[in-house]
Amino acid sequence: MIAEAQTLDMILAILGMSLATYLTRAAGLAVMSRLTLSGRAERFMKAIPGAILASIIAPQALAAGPAEAVATLVTGVCAWRFRNLPLAMAAGVAAVLALRLALR
Amino acid sequence: MNAQQSSTGGLLPFTWRGLAAGFRACVPVAIGVAVYGVLFGLLARQKGLPLWAAQSMSLGIYAGASQLIVLDLWGPDLPVVSLIVTTLIVNLRHVLMGAALSPWLTRITPQRAFGSLFFMTDESWAVSLGRWAEERRRGVVSDGAFLIGAGLCEYLFWNGSTLIGHFLVRGLDDPSKYGLDFAFTAVFTALLVGLKPKRADILPIICAGIAALVGARVLPGKWYILAGALAGGLAAALSPAPGRAER
Repeated sequence: MIAEAQTLDMILAILGMSLATYLTRAAGLAVMSRLTLSGRAERFMKAIPGAILASIIAPQALAAGPAEAVATLVTGVCAWRFRNLPLAMAAGVAAVLALRLALR
Repeated sequence: MNAQQSSTGGLLPFTWRGLAAGFRACVPVAIGVAVYGVLFGLLARQKGLPLWAAQSMSLGIYAGASQLIVLDLWGPDLPVVSLIVTTLIVNLRHVLMGAALSPWLTRITPQRAFGSLFFMTDESWAVSLGRWAEERRRGVVSDGAFLIGAGLCEYLFWNGSTLIGHFLVRGLDDPSKYGLDFAFTAVFTALLVGLKPKRADILPIICAGIAALVGARVLPGKWYILAGALAGGLAAALSPAPGRAER
């Protein structure tokens, strides 16, 4: 009986978590397809992509240590110069690996 | 002028070629994601989750950070409501990400758009947004299937690696030993550079970075992303409207 209750709980939890996650994925489009933005709201939304990327990067780039900070710079320059995502990613990983070894 | 017209009206093509392009573009990132999928499978087994439960999480939730975070709450007395609420909160950033893709997703049928969104992750979102934004700048018509292609690629890697991780007998090495933890920062950095921020975009980006730095110290989970996004958006909304010449 106990094992069965646990299994049922697990199924409920996984279904609930799946549904909750999908709701977050669908909500943005559901709202935006019913709105026409202008002025400040439009500027807010246009800034979101860059703001999200900057937010994901900032703690790793600026607060994790000198190796990460320099490697972020290397990645950025490489991306700007070559416009090749896999290359920039490889350069960043190689840079952080080398710098961590060098600065240890 | 022509580019402006083609980027505002009409349905976008939604083709197998577009899907394949998205899939290919996401492969390098998906390899990085798979490292964490192995980690999730391994930790899930250590926590006592049977394979079917770990795999169902990767198939149904498909959000790495929230899956790893709820493992901490997992126990013999399953806190079902806390698990669901925590998942919802950790994933709230998806709302803004989906909204940011709406200029393209409103131009494919709702079934395709909401189907594609099931597969939207931080990485497939960023790769797709980068691609579509670049095509808009160049005045090229985008393919609406790029997002689901990128998402499916990551889905395959995430679920395959979950399965492998659950079967692994020995512990996984720390990803940071090989610099793999930095792969995501590198990808997102390259994509931010690829967005080609203009002068008016600099202030919102700086505000977002500062808010995220503070948020990462004081907020739980991935809330710092939401905090940074809101700060960046507000900075843009509150700054004076750019002149007509710039638009």
